Amino acid sequence: MTKYWINGNESVDISDAEDINVVHLTVDDKNIAVSGGKTIFAALQRMPGIGEIPGLCYHGAVRPYGACRLCTVEVSEDGGKRYRFVAACLYPVTEGMIVKTNTEKIRKLRKGIIELLLARSPNARVIQELAKEYGVEKPRFSLGDNDCILCGLCVRACQEIIGKSAISLVNRGIYKEVAAPFYAYELEEGCIGCGDCMYVCPTGAITMGANGKPVLPKVKIPFGEIGAMGTKEKRAK
Amino acid sequence: MEQQVKQKVDKRIKSVKQLEQLRQALADGKDENRVTVAVCGGTACLAAGAKDIVAAFEAEIRKRGVHARVEFKETGCQGFCACGPLVVIGPEKIFYQHIKPGDVPEIIDETILKGKIISRLLYVDPATNQKITHESDIPFYKKQTRNIMAANREIDPTKIEQYVAAGGYTALSKALFQMSPDKIINEITRAGLRGRGGGGFPTGRKWQSCWVAEGDVKYVLCNADEGDPGAYQDGSILGGNPHSVIEGMIIAAYAVGAHEGYIYVRNEYPLAVAHSRIAIQQALDYGFLGENILDSGFDFKITINKGGGAFVCGESSALIASLEGKVGEPKSKYTHMAEKGLWDKPSLLNNVKTWANVPLIINKGADWYAKIGTAGSKGTMIFALVGKITNSGLVEVPMGISLREMIYDIGGGIPGGKQFKAVQTGGPSGGCISATLLDTPVDFDELTKLGSMMGSGGMIVMDEDNCMVDVARYFIEFLKGESCGKCAPCREGLTRLSEILDRITRGQGRSEDLETMQDLGEILDAGSLCGLGRSAANPVLSTIRYFKDEYLAHIVDKKCPAGVCRELIEFSIDAEKCTGCGVCARACATKAISGEKKQPHVINQDLCIKCGACFDSCKFEAVKKQ
Amino acid sequence: MDTNTNLAEVRAIIENNAGKIEALINSYVSKKEQLISLLQDVQAEFNYLPQDVLIKISQTLEIPLSQVFSVATFFHAFSLKPRGRHTITVCLGTACHVKGGQRLVDKMARDYHLKPGETTEDEKFTLETVNCLGCCALGPVVVVDDKYEGQVTPDKLDKILKNYK
Repeated sequence: MTKYWINGNESVDISDAEDINVVHLTVDDKNIAVSGGKTIFAALQRMPGIGEIPGLCYHGAVRPYGACRLCTVEVSEDGGKRYRFVAACLYPVTEGMIVKTNTEKIRKLRKGIIELLLARSPNARVIQELAKEYGVEKPRFSLGDNDCILCGLCVRACQEIIGKSAISLVNRGIYKEVAAPFYAYELEEGCIGCGDCMYVCPTGAITMGANGKPVLPKVKIPFGEIGAMGTKEKRAK
Repeated sequence: MEQQVKQKVDKRIKSVKQLEQLRQALADGKDENRVTVAVCGGTACLAAGAKDIVAAFEAEIRKRGVHARVEFKETGCQGFCACGPLVVIGPEKIFYQHIKPGDVPEIIDETILKGKIISRLLYVDPATNQKITHESDIPFYKKQTRNIMAANREIDPTKIEQYVAAGGYTALSKALFQMSPDKIINEITRAGLRGRGGGGFPTGRKWQSCWVAEGDVKYVLCNADEGDPGAYQDGSILGGNPHSVIEGMIIAAYAVGAHEGYIYVRNEYPLAVAHSRIAIQQALDYGFLGENILDSGFDFKITINKGGGAFVCGESSALIASLEGKVGEPKSKYTHMAEKGLWDKPSLLNNVKTWANVPLIINKGADWYAKIGTAGSKGTMIFALVGKITNSGLVEVPMGISLREMIYDIGGGIPGGKQFKAVQTGGPSGGCISATLLDTPVDFDELTKLGSMMGSGGMIVMDEDNCMVDVARYFIEFLKGESCGKCAPCREGLTRLSEILDRITRGQGRSEDLETMQDLGEILDAGSLCGLGRSAANPVLSTIRYFKDEYLAHIVDKKCPAGVCRELIEFSIDAEKCTGCGVCARACATKAISGEKKQPHVINQDLCIKCGACFDSCKFEAVKKQ
Repeated sequence: MDTNTNLAEVRAIIENNAGKIEALINSYVSKKEQLISLLQDVQAEFNYLPQDVLIKISQTLEIPLSQVFSVATFFHAFSLKPRGRHTITVCLGTACHVKGGQRLVDKMARDYHLKPGETTEDEKFTLETVNCLGCCALGPVVVVDDKYEGQVTPDKLDKILKNYK
């Protein structure tokens, strides 16, 4: 009889399930059994109290993207000999896998990412809350003023749920932003005004415009145009 | 009317026997009395005016009516770029450097027709001041093992017949008719070939995974994105000997069971694009590509795709996204490309240099190949030796040669009597290596141990006039501009590294900056989605490791010892050298320089914006910077 | 939107070439994954990517316009604004940088008031930078239109640019 955990407080004693496609893995020293074909993040979503992994760019209704990297966990697939860092929202569960979601290295990484995100979006409440949880007080960098953290949820919602693809991620690097063609930030035709983008946005960066259609945030680069390379005509002023 | 309809001549070779007959016919047709003349048409030589040289040769040969006596060809990059435009003549390989169109009549009359040497065009060895006549005696070439690059001198890349005459497509016929797929893969594995694009992944193992992967549709891909600034071997091989790459790809396709291939060439390589397009068409004409290759029953076709100007597309999943018509954003690679790549089908992606090694291994065998190099890194590697180096060019050496031999014996050391300071290997993902480590053998694992990497073979030499903090800043700027921006660690991390390095080079460094940069390096390494981000901090971390004093000089003393970081240097005029010509004063944008005609001039430090215009314009070296 | 250009002039160019544009786009109907190649052809033809052409591409190839726009803005090979009559490309590859390539960019900013990506008021020059052209031995390298110039110093750059109208 092996103890399997179904959430942070309860466990059950069952023998190995003979059902189709059950995968057994260990998360933070707790044995669990989940249906195969899921990602680590998706599997743990249904088990509150086990491996609570943060994930800003994740939403159950759309495909995972792996952009915020906060869901990074340590995974070993050779019985604990070697571990590597993977994004839990994209990594599929495999039989016998050992997952660690809260090691010192992971916490340090998460703290670092949150510090970077806080410096980018100091006014976003969800980032402020994460900062408090992970002990990030004041970023060591100059503060930006972007509410958009480029999680891409709005773009994926419009593409996968609605099928309109009215908006997309444009430019690259630090100039990346969400926009509609051709650098329009107030949506008009092409957008059906469903508001899904606003709904899934974790930071509230998208607001509702007077015409009942969303208004997208423009990316501001506060740290100046450093260096000549990689700069090209940027987004419209 | 019917006469105007040209009958397309069917050149397709339909058997190995026919191929051998063709080769024999080409050899028989070769007139031993003709003197071969090979002018380098590589990118650097073209930039230096090689097209005019080629035109001059063609015109002068025609004028003299000596076509029967001269076999003239414009080749791909021959490697010794510092000497271009260059020409190599006859079987003795007489080497002339820095030639001009005006030299061509004399070259034909004296050297080609009469066998006389023109002394002033010879290469002069700076170490001995001796003139050297033959290419093989030139130190730059002597220590190289040009197993792959030598062909560039022999072949006009726009004429497939020359490739065939030189033995090309022999490996293909051997693979198709004398070897089974698993034998081919075994040969590549035993040879110990490792990916030459940067990863150094065992090639045989990659082929094996693709071979066992299930599916009828598989792809063979060539990564010719070569984004590392300062590396141009892939462009030179693809532009100078495209068939070596094509042949390698066909062999692999046969081995793993693929029928479609793509060569992804970066947009900034017009020569490589043009020549590989011509090569593919000619290969199709001869039946080396297309249906039923050499009557083996095997089909394979190749398409050229141009990149769009994104370094990140050298990363395999980004390259594939780009081939699929999407933005070049990498995906977390939790399934190997060999199982799920282009359009989710098994895909075999290798670098240009890796492909070029394949015909060699098949022809000469794994045992021969494995004798070259070190235990962990077999074969030769082609490096781009550039920067502050006397003999700048493409260098092919066996793995295991030391950095010292590369830089001094082959590279000819640092010009201008300057001191070596560092060599950067592996491009923006690599690191800088200092003088104390020059005896390190160059191979995949040794370089990684030093905090750098082999990468795609760029080797940039720096001297005492280069500032390592500025070099780190340069690489971070580069990566910041090339980051796709998808994941937070890379996008934000690189921006902040750039912010910190910019402050340091402006004299606004803070004592905690080094630690902050180390922290950012860790975040990038653990949190980034792809290889670009994971290795992005290497240039910073390696320069901090080996040149910490220089960082401290910038941060604490607010000085730039190498005299590069503008805000930290001061320009002044040496009164003894100044002739009072006034050129600097005119060049000065802020009118900071004053002085009477023919009297020493003076720079007003309050007005000086340290742009360096005066330093650049002074012909008497009277402007000093410290 | 982009005030740099004479919009009527642009419209005229597109109208005059309507047949060519349609033929070009139609040739990609069966291979819409080659979107980047198509955009390169358009860039080569018009020296930039006109909005109307991008819209036509989206409609004909049945690719969401937002995706075409994403691709057009991601890759540096493409320009959404017309480039100047002459494009000055300064190589900022490592070898050219180590030999002083940055000084050329600084000079362009200082004397020509041109930053990378920008076009002069008179639409004569556009300045671009590139990360390695592959002729490192000749650094610093500048390409004007298709002409490569090697060992360029700030002084030499002035002399080179004087030749262009």
